Amino acid sequence: MRLTCPLCGERDRREFYYKGDAIALNRPAPDAGTDAWDDYLYLRDNPAGVTKDLWQHELGCSAWIVVERNTVTHEVLSTALASDVKKATK
Amino acid sequence: MVNLVAKSPCAALLPLSAGNVTLTEQHPDALTSVAPFAEKEVEVSASLTVTHGVAYPAVNHAVGKDGARAIWFGQGQAMVMGGKVSDDLVQLAAVTDQSDAWAVMRLQGASSADVLARLVPVDLRSSVFAEGDTVRTELQHMMASITCVGTDCFDIMVMRSFAKTAVHDLHAAMKSVAALSI
Ligand SMILES: [Zn+2]
Repeated sequence: MRLTCPLCGERDRREFYYKGDAIALNRPAPDAGTDAWDDYLYLRDNPAGVTKDLWQHELGCSAWIVVERNTVTHEVLSTALASDVKKATK
Repeated sequence: MVNLVAKSPCAALLPLSAGNVTLTEQHPDALTSVAPFAEKEVEVSASLTVTHGVAYPAVNHAVGKDGARAIWFGQGQAMVMGGKVSDDLVQLAAVTDQSDAWAVMRLQGASSADVLARLVPVDLRSSVFAEGDTVRTELQHMMASITCVGTDCFDIMVMRSFAKTAVHDLHAAMKSVAALSI
C-alpha cells in the first residue's frame, strides 16, 4: 500500500501511523451535550465504500493527513493535509 | 572546576569504509530547529540570510553548503546547521537548540545510493534525487533526514540515541553492496 503525503510525495505504508475516522477533526463544542459527545467519541460508521481516515506521516514529515479511500476496492482516492482540511471548514 | 570532555554522537564508531563507500561523522558547529510562526516564513528567511547566507528551505529541499546549511526537516520546520541563529529569531519562530541531539553522518562514494536502497523506502538515485534534495524518511527502523549534498554524497541524520544502530545498519549495507563487486 502506498499513500501520497501532500508534502513528501508517494511513500510506503510503513512510514505512516493510522489513527482512525477523520471525525476527530469535528470536535464538538464543550457544551454540545452528551449525545454529541457520545457520537464523537464512540459511534462510528463502518462503510462498505468510501471513508475518510486520519493518518500521520510518522517516519516522514510528521504531518497529519486525511486519506479518502474505498474499503471495498482498496483504492486511495485522495489525500490532504489535516491542517488544510480544518482551515477550510472554519 | 571539572573539565568535561565533549563526546560526539558517533565517537569511536566512525569512520568506516567498505568497497567504494565511506561513512564519516560530520560535526556542525550548532544545530537549531526553526519552525516559523504563521505568516512569518519570509521574515525568518531574511534573518537566516543575514546569519547563515541561506533562505528558509522549500519543502523537500536543502540550501547552503558545509558550514551553513538549512534543511527542510518536516511540516513547518527546518534544521539550521552551522553557527548560531539570531537571538531575535524567537520573535518569528519556535527555535530550539538541537546541537548534540542528532548524529550527523556522511555517506560518500559511487555506490552510496545502492547502500541507501537497502535501508530506505524512497528512491535516492541521482536521476531523481540530486544535490539540494532532502527527505524525511525511514532508515531501517529509524526516523531519519537524508540530504543529497553532492554527487554520490549524502548527509544522514538520526536522533543521537540511534547513532550506534544507524552505524551498524549502514555498515552492514555497505559491506553487502561491496561484496557484490568482489
Ligand atoms: Zn510527509
